[in-house]
Amino acid sequence: MDMKVAKKKLGTKEKYRLMTRDLGWETTYQTKEDVFPYVGYEGIKIHDWDKWEDPFRLTMDSYWKYQAEKERKFYAIIDAHAQNNGHLNLTDARYLSALKIFLQAISPGEYAAHKGFARVGREFPGVGTQVACQMQAIDEIRHAQTQIHAMSNYNRYYNGFHAFADTRDRIWYTSVARSFFDDSMSAGPFEFMIAIGFSFEYVLTNLLFVPFMSGAAYNGDMATVTFGFSAQSDEARHMTLGLECIKFMLEQDPANLPIVQEWIDKWFWRGFRVLGLVSTMMDYMLPKRVMSWREAWEIYGVENGGALFKDLARYGIKPPKGWDDAEKAIDHMSHQFMLGLYQWSFGTAFHSWIPSEDDMDWLSAKYPETFDKYYRPRWKHIKKLADAGTPFKNYGLAKLCQTCQLPCVFTEPDDPTLTCHRETVYKDETYHFCSDGCQHIFEHEPEKYVQAWLPMPQIFQDPINGDLGEWMKWVSLIDGKDNGDYAGSEDQKNFETWRGMATSNQ
Amino acid sequence: MQIDLRTVAIQPQRQAFDHLIRRFGNKPASRYQEGSYDIQAAENLHYKPTWDPDQALYDAGITRIVMQDWYALKDPRQFYYSTYTLTRARQQETTEANFGFVETRGLADMLSDELRDVSLKVLVPLRHAAWGANQHNTFICGYGYGTTFTQPCMYHAMDNLGIAQYLSRLGLLLGDTEALDAGKQAWLDDAAWQPLRRYVEDCLVIRDPFELFVAQNVALDGLLYPLVYERIVDDHISVRGGTAVAMLTQFMSDWFDETRKWVDAVLKVAAAESDANREVLQEWTRTWSDSAASAMVPIVELALGANADDAVGEQLAAFKARIAKTGITL
Repeated sequence: MDMKVAKKKLGTKEKYRLMTRDLGWETTYQTKEDVFPYVGYEGIKIHDWDKWEDPFRLTMDSYWKYQAEKERKFYAIIDAHAQNNGHLNLTDARYLSALKIFLQAISPGEYAAHKGFARVGREFPGVGTQVACQMQAIDEIRHAQTQIHAMSNYNRYYNGFHAFADTRDRIWYTSVARSFFDDSMSAGPFEFMIAIGFSFEYVLTNLLFVPFMSGAAYNGDMATVTFGFSAQSDEARHMTLGLECIKFMLEQDPANLPIVQEWIDKWFWRGFRVLGLVSTMMDYMLPKRVMSWREAWEIYGVENGGALFKDLARYGIKPPKGWDDAEKAIDHMSHQFMLGLYQWSFGTAFHSWIPSEDDMDWLSAKYPETFDKYYRPRWKHIKKLADAGTPFKNYGLAKLCQTCQLPCVFTEPDDPTLTCHRETVYKDETYHFCSDGCQHIFEHEPEKYVQAWLPMPQIFQDPINGDLGEWMKWVSLIDGKDNGDYAGSEDQKNFETWRGMATSNQ
Repeated sequence: MQIDLRTVAIQPQRQAFDHLIRRFGNKPASRYQEGSYDIQAAENLHYKPTWDPDQALYDAGITRIVMQDWYALKDPRQFYYSTYTLTRARQQETTEANFGFVETRGLADMLSDELRDVSLKVLVPLRHAAWGANQHNTFICGYGYGTTFTQPCMYHAMDNLGIAQYLSRLGLLLGDTEALDAGKQAWLDDAAWQPLRRYVEDCLVIRDPFELFVAQNVALDGLLYPLVYERIVDDHISVRGGTAVAMLTQFMSDWFDETRKWVDAVLKVAAAESDANREVLQEWTRTWSDSAASAMVPIVELALGANADDAVGEQLAAFKARIAKTGITL
């Protein structure tokens, strides 16, 4: 043919436009309202979906190519880790408590995010937004699966992992994370984006992932390090999506600001409570520590978060309402949590323990204002009881916060000697809260939070009827194996025996 | 610390996670099983969706199909994220090589005007239909119940997007941006495309995930892919010297061959579950495939002219034979 014409040179932006948003069209056989029924009820006004800036430009062919490369590496490493008994390279099997919590509480959250992003990937009327959300949807199932696969080998040798699919739905402490993700998914599409895309991914993920993965590296856990690093480039995409989404809402209409601000306040506090578990992991559960929770907060919370909210100030966004209360809690929360976990360790599918003298010296160096004054004396007392053969067990049930579902173990922001407790009466029922933040969230949407499934009242209902043994069966907790003090546990004995076999001639 | 572990043989404490042992017995589980079974929250869901308080957060009741165990709808390909991505990455390499081959050898320029014209006319508007398919599969993944059923739908949705993008590249290669503009215009306005566009838009308001699965993945794909990529591209365009077009659409042919095995497996298990399911599936498949067949006629006409009716009729018969093997008689 003689009609060979030079093809137009397309810029990457234009090319990506043709590969994504040009695929969509305005429907005429069905109304917009019927095609996108959920996009209006939250009150967010979007005038022009075309103003959406693609946070990254990845066509499917490149996506498959890059992701496959990462998958190949990931599975090669965890296969080698399993074949070579990589678990014996851990600093100490105590460390596994952090992983057990992760598998029971966080991996199911990755799956929930997968479902949630699939939903918003369909419900948003803008193609650019949809494609970005769909990519996150498929990434999130990747994260759930790589985590399960990485921890599968630990399950073969250690207790506490085996029933994660049961504990996810039934045990009391996973309900903290579950209620967080259920809360986001039961919200509308825009709030979901603030909850997961912005607060969780952008503001809080660094606090979860960076210390967690460095902790894994410090403690010889190559399997976890590998899924963490492998997820990181996905996370970078997710973070830019979260940020783009919030800017988009704020730029589209000034009336969106108060709604968005309310969500930021809510989801910051929800996230902060969920991440409280990370504080304990960092300060107590890593045999070899990376940094304290306080230090992590300074870097990832104060510095990064501060810069972010400064950037958003031009839209009129203020730092989250609970920020000051969070700051006041930083030097206390990990200790309060660990004391809670220890006293209720009969009911956890992971171990806790009394920190050693060395551990306590480290804690007092990292928390000079609080540890020796408020927490060392309590641990000392607990140690004395344990040494006397009468270890401190609290068989009373924890009072859970109606919103965040954590036991009410926190103190008043301005008085570390007084337990913080709030109550609201709604339709003749009294509801309990751990903090002003959680109470405020409830009072803004009481009809939602009165529905919360609370694990403690469940204990008095069928099929448990107040029987501890029945409860353990119901949550698939094996008494004497999965729970209790690490000292004297099967995990400890096995780990030491196996490592002995590996390092000596016995 | 690096430890020499050469001689250590340790007895595992257990073979697999509890929920997998309950399902498959006391033996090691495959990665597909670990990544698919029971990983969706099932009990004690905290709140009703504010977007529809009549549903539960994960709700098996939003479809007319009833399964005692939704995880019975497994994927015979056993795709989890890793195996899915590795498979598509390999296909992507082939596709890239094909595009490269066509481009570097100037094969596109060797197409006759007539073949180029037919190819653009038939294939380019289909990028919008593929986007519709993406919307539907994203929906099924989002609202469907049970990971073995929903996870392949997410992969399918991304495949649909990939296909829309390959069709866009084909359009750019054969006819530059004007081809994409013309294709979109045709999709929006030309009489030949309106029945299909109506079909796709009608599917956008279906909120029963399984019905949507039937409408898109069973009925529409079951007719569209063989008609377009076998009858038009292979049998019509290729044999007239348009093998370049077949090279550029190889991904779609291979993809349909692969994915229909999964689609059939899902149908078969759902139909075998109960007579009630079988009847619903029958009703859906009949309605949607009839309307997909009529929507395809004017499109097939663009290439095959007066032979379109016969071609669609034959394909519909072949489709019925295929579906009969899943236990559903049309």
